[in-house]
This record gives sequence, structure tokens and C-alpha cells, in this order.
Amino acid sequence: MADIQQEIRPSRLRRAWDSDLAWSFRHAPVAVVSAFVVLVLVIGAVLAPLIAPHNPFDPATLNLMNGFTPPNQANQFTGDYFILGTDDQGRDVFSTILYGMRISLFVGFAAVLLAMVLGVALGLLAGYLGGWTETIIMRVADVQLTFPAILVAMLIFGIAKGITPPEYRDQMAIWVLILAIGLSDWVQFARVVRGATLVEKNREYVQAARLIGRSPFAIMLRHILPNVLNPVLVIATISLALAIIAEATLSFLGVGAPPTKPSLGTLIRIGQEFMFSGEWWILFFPAATLLALALSINLLGDWLRDALNPRLR
Amino acid sequence: MTEKTPVLSVRNLVVEIPTRHGILRPVDNVSYDIHAGEILGVVGESGAGKSMTGNAVVGLLDRPARITSGEILLSGQHIHTLKGEALRRLRGKMMGMIFQDPLTSLNPLLTVGDQLTETIQEHLKVGQTEARNRAIAALEEVGIPAARSRIDSYPHEFSGGMRQRVVIALALCAEPDLVIADEPTTALDVSVQAQIVALLKRLCREKGVAVMLVTHDMGVIAEAADRVAVMYAGRLAELGPVREVLTAAHHPYTAGLMASTPLASQGKERLRQIPGAMPRLGNLPDGCAFHPRCDYAQDRCRANPGPTLDTCDGRAACWFPLNTKQKDEVSA
Amino acid sequence: MSAIIKIESLTRVFDVSKPWLNRVIERLPKALLTAVSEVSFEIEENSVYALVGESGSGKSTIGKIVVGLVPPSKGKVEVEGVDLATETDASKIEAVRADIQMIFQDPYASLNPRWRVREIINEPVAAKGGDTTGLAERLLEQVGLSAKDAAKYPHEFSGGQRQRICIARALASGPKIIVCDEPTSALDVSVQAQVLNLMSDLRKDLGLTYLFISHDLTVVHHMADKIGVLYLGRLVEEAPRDRLFDAPKHPYTQMLFDAAPRMDAFGREVEPPKGEIPDAINPPTGCAFHPRCPIAVERCSKERPEMRRIGETRVACHLAE
Repeated sequence: MADIQQEIRPSRLRRAWDSDLAWSFRHAPVAVVSAFVVLVLVIGAVLAPLIAPHNPFDPATLNLMNGFTPPNQANQFTGDYFILGTDDQGRDVFSTILYGMRISLFVGFAAVLLAMVLGVALGLLAGYLGGWTETIIMRVADVQLTFPAILVAMLIFGIAKGITPPEYRDQMAIWVLILAIGLSDWVQFARVVRGATLVEKNREYVQAARLIGRSPFAIMLRHILPNVLNPVLVIATISLALAIIAEATLSFLGVGAPPTKPSLGTLIRIGQEFMFSGEWWILFFPAATLLALALSINLLGDWLRDALNPRLR
Repeated sequence: MTEKTPVLSVRNLVVEIPTRHGILRPVDNVSYDIHAGEILGVVGESGAGKSMTGNAVVGLLDRPARITSGEILLSGQHIHTLKGEALRRLRGKMMGMIFQDPLTSLNPLLTVGDQLTETIQEHLKVGQTEARNRAIAALEEVGIPAARSRIDSYPHEFSGGMRQRVVIALALCAEPDLVIADEPTTALDVSVQAQIVALLKRLCREKGVAVMLVTHDMGVIAEAADRVAVMYAGRLAELGPVREVLTAAHHPYTAGLMASTPLASQGKERLRQIPGAMPRLGNLPDGCAFHPRCDYAQDRCRANPGPTLDTCDGRAACWFPLNTKQKDEVSA
Repeated sequence: MSAIIKIESLTRVFDVSKPWLNRVIERLPKALLTAVSEVSFEIEENSVYALVGESGSGKSTIGKIVVGLVPPSKGKVEVEGVDLATETDASKIEAVRADIQMIFQDPYASLNPRWRVREIINEPVAAKGGDTTGLAERLLEQVGLSAKDAAKYPHEFSGGQRQRICIARALASGPKIIVCDEPTSALDVSVQAQVLNLMSDLRKDLGLTYLFISHDLTVVHHMADKIGVLYLGRLVEEAPRDRLFDAPKHPYTQMLFDAAPRMDAFGREVEPPKGEIPDAINPPTGCAFHPRCPIAVERCSKERPEMRRIGETRVACHLAE
């Protein structure tokens, strides 16, 4: 058995399974559980149209008589059953959560992607070119850090709202959210990438590439970028949780996703109106989902940071 | 042979590191003594386990590395069983450490005087003034000019060589019996290295301290050490008086090491080279760890258990030692 | 024999001042570090020229200037008759640059950990759009590794093997000159011998010229044809190997030879050299070595000695004869 394995070069899958990262993952129960929760939630969100018992945004399917049905009970008028109950307009809470997560996750992923691309590019430029490029980029970053991210996002949101005509506002809302959260989040990517670039650029393989006559752009992209990706991956994961929470906060404050296309944050805002009138489930289930999602992604990010840190191994 | 108890006596020391690929043995069944006033040189390539041996003796092994068997005796007293406070007190009182990088072994936020007096007062029952006087004396002893005025300087105000002198003063100020110097001259320039080596030799002779000098530089060993221990892949390859080991090595590895070092007297012809590289600890061959690179390897070298100092001639862990009468008989 | 590299009064000054604002507040002047000062020498084709010196001697900076990683502040580097500073024909400079390659000190830092060995070795040729078919495999075998190693990553190799890969990369563009910056000081003794032998073989087989930078006198003695000794950025002595080792003329060279640990000097008791290398930002007046020099006279602290030729040796000392 052992002899056979030595002769044949193990398959790609086998090598991935044997890698240190996979090994460390298998031996971190928290990471496994978190990954499972995230996976279930993401699949639920992606497949929402297939899984959800109702389409909560199709007014034709809604029956106002179903309003305020408690969870796990049949409606006293219609006899319809909802596993997590319904809200004031008779929308199935379970279905709204699935559709809400779609918005939350989409905004989160897109915002982090934007922040990452922007931050990594600016960080690389600042770190590798140095001089005035670095000074300008990093001072802008410093200034931005003195504003709370939410404030920056609200500012961008406010400006965007002012310049878009009312009829497009609902459509634009999601993209403005992404822009607002992404722009408020690039600084930490830029800082970390710049720091790592400063280290890598003085390593001899970069000097060797300069000697060969490679352009600065090629060196940054082909040589330095792959070697600074580990910390970027960690920050991206943790930023994802933060972005989802930021989106929820903005939506909760009423400057985010519109009620016609509610995200988890919008659902929580709607739910809190009924908090003290006994219909707790309208708030509780979306809030619990948001908590589970953000917490799991965060724990996954923590594990990734430890697993990728060579000093802790 | 003196009947006196050696200052440091290491017996069959084994250090293990558990990893996901199995247990590594960076130090495997190592035994040696160091007597008062003697310098034992420990040489080997990177990864041979020479620093790990020193760290095990002072109780500074980083987890998950740990001593799994063997004994360490300091002046006849078992110390490998000590833990926590007891070990810490003993370490400071009886052992001094000198590390490779003088900058990181000094606290940059305290003056040199503070660090010296603190160490002195920790281990010797003396008052503040007396401790300060002793600190000045210690600095003078290691050759720092104008010690009285420089004692209140911070480490960064000293040059590299002077800093290493401060580290040596710090290691010696509590009057230890044993000093472990781990690559004390590697970070220094040639001219400063010569100064530090001369200083170590003088202090060892004058104070009767036992010194374990860990280095990869055969030249430093030749000039400073009385006896030398050559390590290979975590095991002792050869142990003996420095002149004999370096001029008439018994172990083929030592011989190869000597032959592959360019010598000024040798001229420009090709260097003798040892083929290959030291195996990784997780991937040691059966028997003698050196046999895949050895010109003289025979079947017995590949068989378990491998040779040790005890099972061979006491000088080299080799079944067929070089430069001995038995060897001539074998080859004849 | 013709000189393939001519270096004339090469000088490099680094600005090591604190940031502008700190300087204004603390009223500090600009701090300038002269890493290389008025260094001139020639390297003959197919020879090994070694630069020795301790830290701060400027030997690595000279190497970086020669390969073009650091521009000189003053002076001239002429390679194969092309002055790299004044030449206007870009294609000529390009051609000369391709003829000079470099091997670095740390084999662990000089290979991109995310690249396969094949890509690493091919890069100098691929970057210029050249044909790399079978190139890496051929070079790997030339430096004593196996063609199969081309598909592996750097972390699968030991330090000595990595340095062989670095050598293979340096050879890829078919250079004539290789600048070797402490190529074996990160390696263990038994592996150092392998790499030094390989470098000697390659020089013979390919007709290479080496600029060999090292602090290790035994290695320099083994490799070099001609040796330049640097102290605080200045060339203090230059001589053919045997000349230098048999009869060092500069007191610093003598001190360096005496201080170097020797494997045949058991229990040697010598008076170690005095003092340490001074601060390069404020070097001593006159001859920079005079505060440590055992034979210094008053003139040495006032007047900087010029390079003089004594037989085959060039030396910068008032008292050498």
C-alpha cells in the first residue's frame, strides 16, 4: 500500500486533502462546525427560489388573512402552516429569511470584493513604488480611518440617494450599499498589503526579477501579489462578516435595502416594530440567522488566520 | 582523568517533537560532560541539533519539543526534573546564556546597569550599591572602556561587539558555573569575533567556568575549544579532544567536514565534497544516519541499531572508524 | 587579457536622514552615508575578482551597482566597453545587462516560493520572449540536479539545492559575468564545498567571469584570482591572490588575516585587533583605519592616502612599502 503511494504521484485531490491547511481544518472542530453552518446558509440563500415554500415578494401569493401566524402552528383562519410563522402582511418568515440572506450575502461578497481589489491594488502600489505614491495613498487611508466605517457608508449613501432619480432609487439601493461598504473597507486591505509588500520587495527573488528586467507592474502582479495573498484571505473572511453586519446596520437604519427587496437588516427593522406586541418571531428568526452567519464566518476567519500563520504552527 | 564531578553532565538525552507526520528526534541519545574551566565546542550543520541540546540543558525548549528521556546533571544534581520556579532560580544562579544576536538578548528599554544589577540582586544577596559596583566590575572585566560612565547607557548606544560584551557580562555577573554560548560570534565581523573568542577563553580560564560553545565555525572551535562534540542529524558523531578530532578524525563525517573546508594552505584545487545533504529529521535512514553520504559505508552501517559512541570506540559513532589501527586491519 | 569590467572612481551616497519633519523639529542636519567612495578596479575576462571586507565596507553595494540594481552617485561602470551611465543606445545597454547576472546570499529568499522551479529558471528568457523549451531541464542537469526537479516548488529543496537553482537561473540568459554576493555564507560547510566546486566547474566550462563578494577569507582564497580589500567604502588594497596572502601590505589586511579563525590554530593566543568599524556616517579623518591602526603616525589622521602601486599590489597606505 505504502509502496504504491510512493510510486504514483498522488492526485490533486489527494494532495489537497493531505495539505497542512486541510489537516489543520480537520483538527479544528470549531472551524468544521462554522464551515458547515456557513455552507448550509449559503446553499439556502442561493437555492432560495427552489427551497422557499413561498415567494414573499410576489403580492399575488400573499394572503393578508395569514398575517401574524405564530411559528409551527396552523393559521386560525386559513389553516395554512408556516414553520417560522408569518409577519404582519402574511409573508412566510422562513422564506423572507432565505431571500433576505441572498441580498445580505450578495451585498457582503460584492462589497468585500470591491474593497479587496481596491485595497490590494493601492497597497501594492504604495508598498512597491514608495515615495509620493505611498504618502498620498496612505494619508488618504489614515484620514478615512478617523471616520467610522458606518458614517462613511451613510455619507456615500446619502450622496448617491441625492443624485439618483426617485424611480431608480430602489434598484440603485443595493449597488449603492455595495459601493458604500466597499469604499469604507479598503483601508485595512491596503495597509496589510503595503506592509507585506515592503517585506517582500526587499527579498532577493524580487531583486532577481528586477535584474532580469521585469517591469514594476509584472513584478508586483506576478511575484509579490501571490506572496501577500495569505493575510488578504484572512482579512477578506473577517471583512465579509463585518460587511454583512454593516449592511444589516444600514438597512436597519433605513438607508439600506428597501422593504420591497428586504435584506436581513431590513427584516430586523420590520420585526422590531412587533417586538413588544407579542409577535417575537418576526424579529427573532432573522436576527438569529444574522448572528449565526456573522459568527460562523468570523470563527472561520479566526481559524484561517491561525492556520496560515507559520509562527503558530 | 580527573575524578572531580563534572559541572555539566548530560546522559542519554533525548528531545522529541511530536508532529502530524510522526515524532521527530532533534536530539537523540546524546551524552557528554563539561568540567570546570573547560570549553566544549559543539559543531554541526543547521538542523543537527546543536542548539537544541543547549536549550534542553537550560530548560528553554519551545513547546512542543520536550525531553523524553535521559538525565541532565549540574554539579551532580539532577535538573531535568525541575520545573517552574525551582528551575528558573537554578538557571539564573548556576547557568549563563549568550545568544547569537546581542541586540535581541538585551532589553532595549532598560539601561545596561539596570539589567546587570537586577540579575545580580536576583541571585546574590547583596545591596543596591554593592550590586552596582559588581556590575561595573563585570563590565570592566569584559573589556568595556570607561565602564563607570557607560553603565547607565541603553543597549542601542553600544556597538555590536560592545553589546555582545554586555551580554557576556550579564551571563557571568551572577557567577555561574556553566555558560552556554549559542553561536556567540556568528553575527559579528571577523575582527570583533576574534575579540569575543579571546574574551571567552580568558574568562573561562580565570573564573573556572565550564563553557559549552555551540557554533558551526570549525575555525572558532579549533581556536577556542578544549574538546569538541560533532553532531549529525541529532546524534553525536564524534567527541574528543579538539586537536585529535580535527587533525585525525575517526568519523567519516568529521573527516569530510574538515576536507570540504577551504584551507589557506591548500591552493585552488577542487575541494573534497560530501555528496548530498543532511537528511531531514522526519526522513532518517536506517542504521547510521550518515551512511548514504559515506564513502566507507558497508552493510553493517545500514542495519539497525545504528552505531553510538558507547557501542563503538567511545570517540566516534562509527563501526569502521578512520585513523585507527582497527580500521587498517579491516581494509587490509 | 582584456578587462571585461572597468570601474572608475565609483561612489555611492545614501541619504539616511530622518523624515523631513523630524529634522526640522530636532534641528538635525541631513545624514549622508557614503557606502562606496572612489573605488576603481578592473576585472579581466574569465577571471575571479573577489571583494572582501567586513560589514559596512560597501562590498554588496558595489555588486548591486555593477548589476544595475542601485545607480551610482558618481563614477563610471564600463562593461564590455559600454559605459552604462552615458550610453544612449538602449539596445547596447540591454545586451550588456543580459550579460551580467547575480547570485544572492540567501537561497531561501531568492526563489519565489509560489513558482515552480521551471518557471523560475525560465523567467530571464521568457521575460524577453525567448524560447524556453527544455531550457530549465538542461540547466538543472548542468548544475547537478535532475530534470524532473523542474516541476517541483522551492520548498522541496535543501539550501544547497536551492543555491544550485539560483545558479541555473543566473545561467539561463547565457551571461558572461556573474556577480556572486556571499553565495555560500548561508550554507553549511559540506554543502558550501559542493557549490564552490560547481561554480569553479561552470567558470571553466562556460568561460564565465565572477565578481565574488565575501567576508570569508578562506573562501576568497580558494576562489579568487585577484582580491580587493575594502574598508569603510574604500579600496585599501588590491593584489593577485598569492601576493595578497603571502605579503599583505595594508595594516588592515594584515589585521583581517590575523583575526580570521584558523582550523589549524589550536588554542592560539594572539592579541585580538583593537576597536571596531567606525560609524560610516561620520568616518574618521585622513585614513579611515588610523584609529585602529597599530602603526599609524600623525600624517595618517590628517591626509587620506592615495592608491599607490607597489609591484603587483595597489595599496592605500602612507607607510606601506
